[in-house]
Amino acid sequence: MKLITAIIREVQLDKVREALIAAEITRITVSRVSGHGQQRIEEMYRGQRIVPDLIPKIKIDIAVNEAFVDITVDAILKSARTNSEGNVGDGKIFITPLEECIRIRTGERGKSAI
Amino acid sequence: MKKKFKRVILVLLFLFVNVSGLFAADGKPIDSGATAWMLTSTALVLLMIPGLAMFYGGLVRSKNVLGTIMHSYVAMGIISILWVIVGYSMCFGKNILGGWFGWNSNYFFLKGIDNSVLDAGIPEYVFSMFQCKFAIITPALIAGAFAERVNFKAYCFFIALWSLLVYNPLCHWVWASDGFLFKMGAKGAIDFAGGTVVHISAGVSGLVVALYLRARRGYPYQVIRPNNMVITMLGAGLLWVGWFGFNAGSSISSGLSTAQALTATQVAAAAGALSWIIIESFHQGKATALGFASGILAGLVAVTPAAGVVQPWGAMSLGIIASLLCYMAIQLKNKLGYDDSLDAFGIHGVGGVAGALFLTFFIRKSWMQEAAAAHGGSWTVWNQFGVQALAVVIAILFAAGMTFIIIYLLDKVIKFRSTEDDEMAGLDRSYHGERGYGMLNPS
Repeated sequence: MKLITAIIREVQLDKVREALIAAEITRITVSRVSGHGQQRIEEMYRGQRIVPDLIPKIKIDIAVNEAFVDITVDAILKSARTNSEGNVGDGKIFITPLEECIRIRTGERGKSAI
Repeated sequence: MKKKFKRVILVLLFLFVNVSGLFAADGKPIDSGATAWMLTSTALVLLMIPGLAMFYGGLVRSKNVLGTIMHSYVAMGIISILWVIVGYSMCFGKNILGGWFGWNSNYFFLKGIDNSVLDAGIPEYVFSMFQCKFAIITPALIAGAFAERVNFKAYCFFIALWSLLVYNPLCHWVWASDGFLFKMGAKGAIDFAGGTVVHISAGVSGLVVALYLRARRGYPYQVIRPNNMVITMLGAGLLWVGWFGFNAGSSISSGLSTAQALTATQVAAAAGALSWIIIESFHQGKATALGFASGILAGLVAVTPAAGVVQPWGAMSLGIIASLLCYMAIQLKNKLGYDDSLDAFGIHGVGGVAGALFLTFFIRKSWMQEAAAAHGGSWTVWNQFGVQALAVVIAILFAAGMTFIIIYLLDKVIKFRSTEDDEMAGLDRSYHGERGYGMLNPS
């Protein structure tokens, strides 16, 4: 079991969700986060250029069984890129091993609980 | 002795000042009571526009909240300017071009009414600014039908053109003393504060644009939920408060008819709100806040044309009828699947038609007697119903046809519908470069 964590642009959320649903990945957790990566954006505020320290992003957490890792990653890669080459700030995907997964309702554990 | 003399002079001076204050340059006396109420009403109707902005703003997704609020606010800018330049003249000038709209070169830039006082005893500036607020809120109402999916620049041109080509002619027909609907039948088509001019025209036009632009991306499969019901409720409350200016101010006086309109307004709003949550409770099991707010609006919209002619029981009936019909209209919309996003047609169009037609059955006796006298003896409810129905049909056909021509032509010049990317990113980011709820994220 793996935990796939993707940090993406806010504006790509709709596209990423649609791609995931098309790949039949529907069990996800989405949160608003702020962070700083390579991206430097300039915003205008009252006619002044400012560079925010922390940029709002969307974080998606998906717990999957091994067989679905590539499908999920492909779907995110395809949909989170802002054009064919991609731009700085499109985000990252982290994959971490997932030790255990427990469904609270039934108490069942492991692969079948995902 | 000297002191006494001084006092006499002082008293005379005060008298002179007072008297000169009461008479305007053209000699008509100013009724300070009526003027004070009309000034208040003008401010109250303006308050409805931030109210509408909040009502609509809370109902869209968080990425569109500022864009939606701006649809109302920018109308305050654009329509005010247009109103001063040509709007007042087109609405309240003398018939030209066969009565399509009015014109009076004195009203151009309002330059000729600096000292003018109306027969009602209020300065013409006050009347003009009061009417200006109606012209502002009407196009802002339409925006609810096509929320979350239009280009800001195209929207600005749309409301400017719509105001000139739909609102001003309709307003002239219904409210100018030589407008043809004002003179129809025994005592004219009844539209006290804008059922046909404001609500039917806005609702129908909204429906036409919503159908033309098609549904939002993902509608109806993707759930599109309100971002903040709290500001929606605050907005609905402000609309209710502002509506006292809208209806009671439309008496253009401060007297009995004002009090009648004020009472009808309160009763209809309350009856509409209560009946909506009762219907909803039976139908879906819960009384929602949005249902209460929708009921307030349905009741207020329905009593708008009727406020001058119905008694409290009539207003109550209108509120109940309007809520029932608007509720059914929204259920029907969900079945048919067109995307009137915030139910501008479902509430303003349907409620406006319901009010304009059903008010006929609740008209107070004295009005009918006056109408009968004016018509030479007899004037029945059904006679008046015919007049009302004709006015409604004319308003619907004119608003729908003209709106279609405007968007069809405008769309050739500036794409009205947002691009797919802009729509997904949200209006706030795409057209305003801002975010409504930046404070929810540390930045």
